[in-house]
Amino acid sequence: MIKVQTPEPFDPLLQVPLVPPSGHYSASKLERVLRAGYFAVTAELNPPDSSDPRDVLKAAKPLIEVADGINATDASGANCHISSMGICSLLSRAGQGVVFQISCRDRNRIAIQGDVLGAAAMGVSAVLCLTGDGVGVGDQPGAKAVFDFDSISLLRALKTMRDDGVFLSGRKLSTPPNLFLGAAENPCVEPLEWRADRLAKKVEAGADFIQTNYIFDVKRFERFMDKVRAKGLHKKVFILAGVGPLASAKAARWMRTNVPGVHIPDSVVERMENAENPSKEGKEICIELVKKMRQIEGVAGVHIMAYRREHMVNEIIEESGVLADRV
Amino acid sequence: MYSVRLFCTRNAALFEKTYNVLENVFIALHPLLNKLGYNRLEKPVATIEALSKSFLFDCKMCGQCVLSSTGMSCPMNCPKNVRNGPCGGVRDGGFCEVNSQMRCVWVEAWNGASKMKSGLERISVVQPPVNRELAGSSSWLRVVREKAELKLSLKQQVAQGDVDLAKTEMANAFPDARKNHPSVAPLANEPQAALAEQAVVEQTSVHTSVDRSLDASVNTTLHTSAPSLQKGGSK
Ligand code: SF4
Repeated sequence: MIKVQTPEPFDPLLQVPLVPPSGHYSASKLERVLRAGYFAVTAELNPPDSSDPRDVLKAAKPLIEVADGINATDASGANCHISSMGICSLLSRAGQGVVFQISCRDRNRIAIQGDVLGAAAMGVSAVLCLTGDGVGVGDQPGAKAVFDFDSISLLRALKTMRDDGVFLSGRKLSTPPNLFLGAAENPCVEPLEWRADRLAKKVEAGADFIQTNYIFDVKRFERFMDKVRAKGLHKKVFILAGVGPLASAKAARWMRTNVPGVHIPDSVVERMENAENPSKEGKEICIELVKKMRQIEGVAGVHIMAYRREHMVNEIIEESGVLADRV
Repeated sequence: MYSVRLFCTRNAALFEKTYNVLENVFIALHPLLNKLGYNRLEKPVATIEALSKSFLFDCKMCGQCVLSSTGMSCPMNCPKNVRNGPCGGVRDGGFCEVNSQMRCVWVEAWNGASKMKSGLERISVVQPPVNRELAGSSSWLRVVREKAELKLSLKQQVAQGDVDLAKTEMANAFPDARKNHPSVAPLANEPQAALAEQAVVEQTSVHTSVDRSLDASVNTTLHTSAPSLQKGGSK
């Protein structure tokens, strides 16, 4: 009898788990850039409603040049798109640094812990833990909301997986994921008084870096950062300030009423209103914000959310000059 | 009731004191309660607890009460069930992202906490996810059981094979929360009556393999030696 030898399954693009450099949790570019003391740039990818991998690469193209990490959103605003897992897998294979966003709205603890292993196996080394927007604001408001974890308990669960090498059930992982753990914070919405305390809680839970929601109100943000520095949090966590170009006064008004957690002061809306070329003005404001963020002590980088204006990201970063010290 | 709920956070300091007294009374009663049998007490006590706490706090009987760590504002009223809030979507004036007519449960929580003696210290502690198996059960009785059993060290309990691995890990991962509220990561054995019915069925089928493998590998400290189920146990 002839025994047929089954060939070993082989994938030439397999991402063998990379060993983090010493003093690092992960092999991610974002962590390396931040720990080296550079001003970091991350950018949010607009996820296509497509099953064609080329559409993902196309969406990433305008961000690749300047971003140290590309954020793949997880059905943000409760709108359905291609999954963050799919995007992260594709971009990791293509050699890009990604930030895998995980929202607690759609999956329970069993699904999320499994997904994190899956993502790590596909080459993901940075994650962003989010509670997630309510289902009501999305395109399928009749969906069941899960919210088994919240962002903070999720952070601690992933830290446990990484540092102790076990699931939250105590079962051992044969290879724990090497992750750079991120979380969001919204410095410009209520309760303003306690936002820095909540940030402290995220650090306590395991956050290594923070990407904030949109900041248009610099005064509010500076007050937040005063508290952050008073607590010494800027020495424990890398804070990336969230910014983005507005398209028009109308878009700004729509965003602040319809998108949860967006605060845009009237002065900014007025400036957009009076502008001859609103699109250019939006970009201008964004560049000013990036420059401003660069000057605030304790801000380690910017996170650009240029929804449907991704083509501007390059110019915004270049004109702001924040990458000038990179070789 | 919504208005009573808001009243409670405004007067969080008063409720903090009352709760501390009540808790101590309950704990002192542990030997008696134990004699009467926690299984038998579960339903009547849970009923009384549900009536009083739903009137005061709109309590949802999660079975893992953390009111004194949340400024006396019940987190299960948050539409996202956030246990470490608030989320990033709070509206101007402190209203909820999901339900714009309602004050954000967590804005109330931080305000309440700031009025309490150890409120701010406690609200800063990272809380674990809720164990849904315990929904509907008495949190009061759970606290008493836990505090009484705290006398036994975690290690001893594991050595006796009394505690399953999942519970132990939850306690390990959220140690500070357990210190303040042992019922958020409980280790003591649950009386049958305290577990949701469907959960009981799952419990017997799933956890026996865990217990067995734990028994086999009871050894040293908890954090580093969480026993592996790779061989045998998980199949
Ligand atoms: S706004 Fe407050 S109550 Fe509403 S979902 Fe967020 S944390 Fe919960």
